[in-house]
Amino acid sequence: MRLTNTLSAVLLATVLVATSVHADNVQKGFDIAARADRTDNGFADSRVDVTMVLRNAAGQETTRSMSFTTLEKANEDVGDKSLVLFNTPRDIEGTALLSHAKILDPDDQWLYLPALKRVKRISSSNKSGPFVGSEFAFEDFTAVELNKYDYNWLREEACGELNCDVVERTPRYENSGYTRQVSWVDQTHFQIRKVEFYDRRDSLLKVLELKDYRQYDNGIWRTHLMTMTNLQTKKQTDLVYSDYEFDVGMDQNDFVKGRLARLR
Amino acid sequence: MHLRITLFLWLLAAAPLSAQNWDKAANVELQTRLFTQDAAFPRQDDATLHASLSGELDLRWRGNDARASIIGFVRLDSVDDERNLVDFRELYWAKEGDGFEVLVGLNTVFWGVTESVHLVDIINQTDFVSDIDGEDKLGQPMLNVEIQQDWGLLSVYLMPYFRERTFAGLDGRFRPPPELLLDDAQYESGSEQRNVDVALRYSHYFGDVDIGLSYFRGTSREPRFVPADPVSPFAELVPFYDTISQVGVDLQLTRDAWLWKLEAISRDARFGQIFAAVGGLEYTFYQVAESDADVGVLVEYQYDDRNALEPFTLADNDVFVGGRLAMNDIQDTALLAGLSYDTDTGETFYNVEGERRLGDDWFFEMRLRLFTGADPGDTSFFINRDDYLQLQITRFF
Repeated sequence: MRLTNTLSAVLLATVLVATSVHADNVQKGFDIAARADRTDNGFADSRVDVTMVLRNAAGQETTRSMSFTTLEKANEDVGDKSLVLFNTPRDIEGTALLSHAKILDPDDQWLYLPALKRVKRISSSNKSGPFVGSEFAFEDFTAVELNKYDYNWLREEACGELNCDVVERTPRYENSGYTRQVSWVDQTHFQIRKVEFYDRRDSLLKVLELKDYRQYDNGIWRTHLMTMTNLQTKKQTDLVYSDYEFDVGMDQNDFVKGRLARLR
Repeated sequence: MHLRITLFLWLLAAAPLSAQNWDKAANVELQTRLFTQDAAFPRQDDATLHASLSGELDLRWRGNDARASIIGFVRLDSVDDERNLVDFRELYWAKEGDGFEVLVGLNTVFWGVTESVHLVDIINQTDFVSDIDGEDKLGQPMLNVEIQQDWGLLSVYLMPYFRERTFAGLDGRFRPPPELLLDDAQYESGSEQRNVDVALRYSHYFGDVDIGLSYFRGTSREPRFVPADPVSPFAELVPFYDTISQVGVDLQLTRDAWLWKLEAISRDARFGQIFAAVGGLEYTFYQVAESDADVGVLVEYQYDDRNALEPFTLADNDVFVGGRLAMNDIQDTALLAGLSYDTDTGETFYNVEGERRLGDDWFFEMRLRLFTGADPGDTSFFINRDDYLQLQITRFF
């Protein structure tokens, strides 16, 4: 009897310690993600030209060029507004995708088709589908809001010349193609260096590497080379960023559907 | 026509002078149409193969608060002279202010949400010889003011000049049996083509509902055909353009993978009021069978209560069912297949559209259009023998 009680007490203590350790790791994971997110806040708006390089398993390359424009929302309970405008391939020149990101609700998205001059509201429930035939899914672009995930700190380890916190994040929004993601956040500049994506069967699907970080005059860090490698298909997509322009004076009216036909 | 050719050539010549300021793009397109049956009427060309070659030149300029655009195109057809065309889809200059934009010139504008028929879309005239689906347009001369505020977008259009619809000539397919005297078009308005048309549109969204409300007063884009000579009503026909006023509404509810769509118009026309509506849904299955491909299912019902005296429509009491396949591959391979079935007459229109990019600069398109079930006297009887397969390749520069 006494032995049983002792055993119960030990078990209970273990569970409590484990729970509190888990709670600590959840808080720590969130704090690291929040610091990474907030370090680069306060840019107001940004514009950047991007070259997308698609590489198949045999190494053959196709490129397309586009620009990304973003309007920052200071409130973390509201998502940013963003615009992707395609320049090449030529047959889709002028095609534009406008997104109003939400935190847990589905995003609002409109697509502009220049051949018909038609603006279409599109379903944003297609989170896991490929973005223009690339290895990036729609959610890899739109789900970068802090509160779209639950976090859990896993460990600390070296990442190149820096030291990184390894934080697991689990999507809180619906229709994600991922059970979880594991991110490496450096302890010096608080930037995400690598992300592993685990598919719905929890097997490792893709790895994203973020390189060529540069700090701008406003203190904001940005990666200029993102490489997404699909480990299952061996296909790869690079996003090569040119120099960012910040605070160019855009407002809400630059991110409305009525604007899409007047972008060029 | 001569004025347009002159203007076009002048622009071609002038373009290189200020080349560094303008974004330039161009494309050349070779289109072949294979007709499976001999034509229905005398003097139509029975050739199986109709080929056409067209070119488009896009010039765009953008300053701090102004922009300009020139999109000119030419088309040469092997069979039908009426398909030869030099025209502009855009030729405008626009000035932007705080929350508004003023645009002067020729522009193309699209309104609406549905797939099988475009009822509220009224600003531009249809280039019917280019494509019978009504989605190819001629640039409309306009003064356009757009006001963008938190409450939505308000667009005002003043249109000082009317563009006549293009129709096939005597040789061509898709025409009524008597000769159409296109140069002798008649108008209800005494000002004819110089009547000033007016249009207003409000569009915005509320949560997952997108809404558009529109008003148009002016010359109808859809002509009736009337005998050129009332004494011999079976000789030539001329297009007659009525003066109308029309209100329109378009709505889309976007929820999960569902799109619910509705367009409706009420038109005060010459022979009474016309009410027409089209409504339906689109549902998309994403990444079917663990591939990257999406499959969409579309169903729409088309209603139109116009009488036989008004411009004809095929979409009067029809059910449209279709499917859309998007491969989401690097070549953007896509296929759309559908049919419209007239529940009164049994006329059925089958439509298949496919497309795929080849390399970086080439684009391939396919269309298959079949017309079945029309009896003499039915609206589509005159195009009953015009089934065709269209193969088209475009080179972009």
